[in-house]
Amino acid sequence: MQLPAFFRNVRVLQVLAQIVFVLLLALAAGFLYANVTTNLARQGLTVGYDFITNPASFDIGESYISYQASDSYGRALLVGLVNTLAVSALGIILTTIVGVIAGIARLSSNWLISRLAASYVGVIRNTPLIIQLMFWYFGIILQLPRVKEAIALPGSVYLTQRGLYLPWYEPMPTFESWRVFIWIALVSLAVIWFIFRWIQNRSELPLPLWSYPAYILVPILILWIGFNVQPEPPFIANFPELVGLNFRGGLRFTPEFAALLFGLVVYTGAFIAEIVRAGIQAVSRGQVEAARSLGLTSTQSLRLIIFPQALRVIIPPMTSQYLNLAKNSSLAIAIGYPDLFSIAGTVINQTGATLEVIAIMMLSYLSMSLFTSLLMNMYNNRMRLVER
Amino acid sequence: MRKLFPIFSLIIVASIVLAACGTPVAGTPVTVEVTRIVTAEAPASGGETPSGEAQPTAAPPPAPVAGGERLQAVLDRGNLICGAHGSFQGFGFLDTNGNWSGFDVDFCRAWAAALFNDADAVEIVSVSAQDRFTALQAGQFDVLSRNSTWSFTRDAELGLTFGPVTFYDGQAIMARKDIVADASAGLDALEGAGVCVQSGTTTELNLADQFRAAGVNYEPVVFEDQNAAFQAYEEGRCDAITSDRSQLATQGQAVLSNFDDHVILDLVMSKEPLAPAVVQGDEKWADVIHWVVYGMIEAEEHGITSANVDDFLTSEDPVIRRLLGVEGELGSKLGVSNDFIYRAIKLVGNYGEVYERNLAQYGLARGQNDLWTNGGLMYAPPFR
Amino acid sequence: MAAIEMQPPRLTVGPFAWLKKNLFSTWYNAVVTFLALGLLYALLRPAIQWAFTEARWGVISANLTLFMVGQYPRDQLWRVWLSIYLLGALLGLSWGIWKEAARGFAWIALGAGLGFALIGLLLNSNVWLNWLLAVALLLGFFALGRILPARARSITTAAWLLYFPIVILLIAGLPFIPFLIPVPTNLWGGLLLTLMLTIIANVFSLPLGILLAIGRRSKLPVVRYFSIGYIELIRGVPLVTVLFVVYLLMPFFLPLGVSAPDAVIRVIIGFILFEAAYQAENVRGGLQAIPRGQYEAAQALGLSGALTLSLIVLPQALRAVIPAIFNSFISLFKDTSLVAIIGLFDILRIGRSVLAQSEWLGTHREVFLFAFLIYWGFNMAFTYGSRRMEEAMGVGKR
Repeated sequence: MQLPAFFRNVRVLQVLAQIVFVLLLALAAGFLYANVTTNLARQGLTVGYDFITNPASFDIGESYISYQASDSYGRALLVGLVNTLAVSALGIILTTIVGVIAGIARLSSNWLISRLAASYVGVIRNTPLIIQLMFWYFGIILQLPRVKEAIALPGSVYLTQRGLYLPWYEPMPTFESWRVFIWIALVSLAVIWFIFRWIQNRSELPLPLWSYPAYILVPILILWIGFNVQPEPPFIANFPELVGLNFRGGLRFTPEFAALLFGLVVYTGAFIAEIVRAGIQAVSRGQVEAARSLGLTSTQSLRLIIFPQALRVIIPPMTSQYLNLAKNSSLAIAIGYPDLFSIAGTVINQTGATLEVIAIMMLSYLSMSLFTSLLMNMYNNRMRLVER
Repeated sequence: MRKLFPIFSLIIVASIVLAACGTPVAGTPVTVEVTRIVTAEAPASGGETPSGEAQPTAAPPPAPVAGGERLQAVLDRGNLICGAHGSFQGFGFLDTNGNWSGFDVDFCRAWAAALFNDADAVEIVSVSAQDRFTALQAGQFDVLSRNSTWSFTRDAELGLTFGPVTFYDGQAIMARKDIVADASAGLDALEGAGVCVQSGTTTELNLADQFRAAGVNYEPVVFEDQNAAFQAYEEGRCDAITSDRSQLATQGQAVLSNFDDHVILDLVMSKEPLAPAVVQGDEKWADVIHWVVYGMIEAEEHGITSANVDDFLTSEDPVIRRLLGVEGELGSKLGVSNDFIYRAIKLVGNYGEVYERNLAQYGLARGQNDLWTNGGLMYAPPFR
Repeated sequence: MAAIEMQPPRLTVGPFAWLKKNLFSTWYNAVVTFLALGLLYALLRPAIQWAFTEARWGVISANLTLFMVGQYPRDQLWRVWLSIYLLGALLGLSWGIWKEAARGFAWIALGAGLGFALIGLLLNSNVWLNWLLAVALLLGFFALGRILPARARSITTAAWLLYFPIVILLIAGLPFIPFLIPVPTNLWGGLLLTLMLTIIANVFSLPLGILLAIGRRSKLPVVRYFSIGYIELIRGVPLVTVLFVVYLLMPFFLPLGVSAPDAVIRVIIGFILFEAAYQAENVRGGLQAIPRGQYEAAQALGLSGALTLSLIVLPQALRAVIPAIFNSFISLFKDTSLVAIIGLFDILRIGRSVLAQSEWLGTHREVFLFAFLIYWGFNMAFTYGSRRMEEAMGVGKR
């Protein structure tokens, strides 16, 4: 017996298969949805986002946006998200530095340095992050001296088990008018970039290394001028000092933040070191030799020949490491840093809105990941080898 | 590799099957029948019965209060699954030999004894403070016995039913002696202090309320794990730690290296009635949980202990005879054996025994948790 | 007349030459070397001093059984030992038959077995006999493997594939068999739980990952987008949230009256769902490495799409991704430590409950270091063994 020709057509079969697949998926989704609604209804639980505006009535240890216990649950979740973003952003910058240094150190001709870097990578990559975090927090940071016996570093910097205290600024009334100069300084960065590119295009030669500090010096000069034209200084220094049980004033990094940041940077740095090492080794020896024979110095050949090529190999795996760092910040719950996952857990416990809060949390992480991938893909496209 | 592929896939299938049979899956005997009963009752308990004109003349009897399917499921399964703390000495704790002990755990054992005449027919699941209610709602255990405070929101909004209070507690705060002069100090002594607290607890909320009301600034340091909070306090991360008074006393003695360096302030920051909880909507199951606890309190009132309970079987007192199931059919009205209280007393003990066994060593006086006849709050409704 | 003095040739061998070449070749290299030495001294001196004088290692030896197997019934421990004996025997057999490919693992097992026996002797516990027996089995089967004909290879391979289901069965037990009474998964703990989670999740996530990888390269857009969506969704969120959802919420998604499987099984399901997305990406890498010619050749031979996939493409692709799969084994092994957050008693959480024992207060450094060393040692050993195996098999070279 043979099927009619219609059903032996590959096109038709493919369409049919897809329809069946979609139907099965829809069936599964419908089944799960029905189960959830029955189960919830049976316990008299309702699904909805009304709770978001209710007062949270719990305090959060640290936040970068203003928050009080009387603020809403929505605000509390936002605090968690900002905390996650803060530690991730700082972590990504620092881990890149640590990773690149360790990766280059592994290729060092100095035996001791390359061995040290190799053992750092070997030990850190092979142990779970959560144990490392607990070790840093309980084993190292909480063992620092108590507040009363703080380690005083030069420049009013204090290191205690309650955190690291740094001098910081305190805005004065004239801060508002000074803010204009901050904008001017930012614009100047773009201007410098355009000028440099213009020069570069005309001379077709790379800019000398000493021209790069312009990026730092010009904005500082603008800010300094702005500072002096104000009738009174726009901000004054604010030094931490011991008042009662704790230090007051200045900028403070809490031990939880410090341990989490340190743990994430050290952990991800080990992975990045391997990526950097592989990337540099991927640049063929001929390239280096060719650069040398053109008369480039070793710094020049590293900067102009090796690094741009290595970067192409490095960027894609580096992106996934950055994402890992952001996702791994959810382990903060083990050491008491109020990140998104930890605050979401508290909100679930207080409101019972399990599904809703989990949806918010998952979507936040997902959009963070997608956004980072998008940015890195754009960068990757720009750096890509243009093939002729 | 090619030859191995069929073998490989076969093995995978085989091991899935093995893993499935090898481990006892909780509640396998629950069959379709139960599902049918439930679907019939769901609209009734949900209050969605169409009212008004469509009512037939022979009106159905009022919907039974609730299913009792949990009780049946537990009985069929042959053991009780109980959610408890994992590392709280005195209440719920896993010791060096891998054994569970503690006040809350003893109630789990008492329920198991009442249901199965076997105090060990219980599986203890350790659950964190943050996850406990979600886990209970999701049906991961039959009953939660994990020093949980009975509060309005939890009762109404989280879809839970709390049982009789097994322990009347209150929130307290503990600080180092070098910071507060003595136990009579107020919160203002803690201006600017770091306070360690566990997340997902009522104490976390009260802490915010109390300091706000007193107008005192503080820095909350919130941990998901109570032991981590104590550890951080011990190391000096916080100046004070807050929790239920009982917990500060037991955990404080257990995990602080020198408990005498610390002082628990007299200040009572809240009422913390700790009670077992079950999922809302199954009154029959809730009744079993409640009445076993009441039975243990009642037994203490009559002086019935695990040692002398057999002597009481011949007692002439009708109250005692009913309680122990010698007379009357109290147990079968709940759907359990008539001697369910006898079993719990015999195998685990009365309320006072459970208290003495687990908490006396920490110097926790009975206080509010004494019988009402001794000026406490423990009071069981009559068994009749 | 000016005498032309030739400098003597530079030393190129000997320890001093080595030092000069590798540590002090230039002035800044010398500075860096001294700085690194100073740093090492500053870090290691107090650490070693602490480890040998202050540290209270008694916390580990007193709770060793708890760390290893958690609450696993003490009278059923013979099942764990039996699994270890079987492993020793199989490893010995493979060593005898394949020589190089299994040598790395065999040496490690030999060293570890003897090391544990020694530790057992030092701690005055009688486990040293068990370890010696495992080592003896390893050596005995090695001798046996050497004299077996080449035919024994396929039998040994099948034995390896059977080994994991057998171990799962042995540890979990079976109803109806009197001497294999079921041990509920909530009693599994410590290293045993960690290893069981790793093994089961790996074994089951691979087939799912292969399916997803094939789906991602499917010509059918619906299947392709579903696979892409699943993979990207899972890879976009932290593991701990996936575990949280599956562990806590799975019962909500089951029909009324069907109770959820117990905690360990739920966690395993979470790991499988998570790991499958990563395995899919590994396998996809392997699939992409297959040259078009292979497909075309298969088509020319008249093989259907399914046959091409299962006979030509997958075997080559899987062979190419063996190192990646070994890597995910290691990362999954590390990731199992997250179950401590949701309340299963793995090494880490056992460690935390040990810290609450009144006689071992303030020993968190010892406990964390011990857990740290277990993970590190296990992973290093696994990396070493698998690398030797890959080299011997020529994985990635062909």
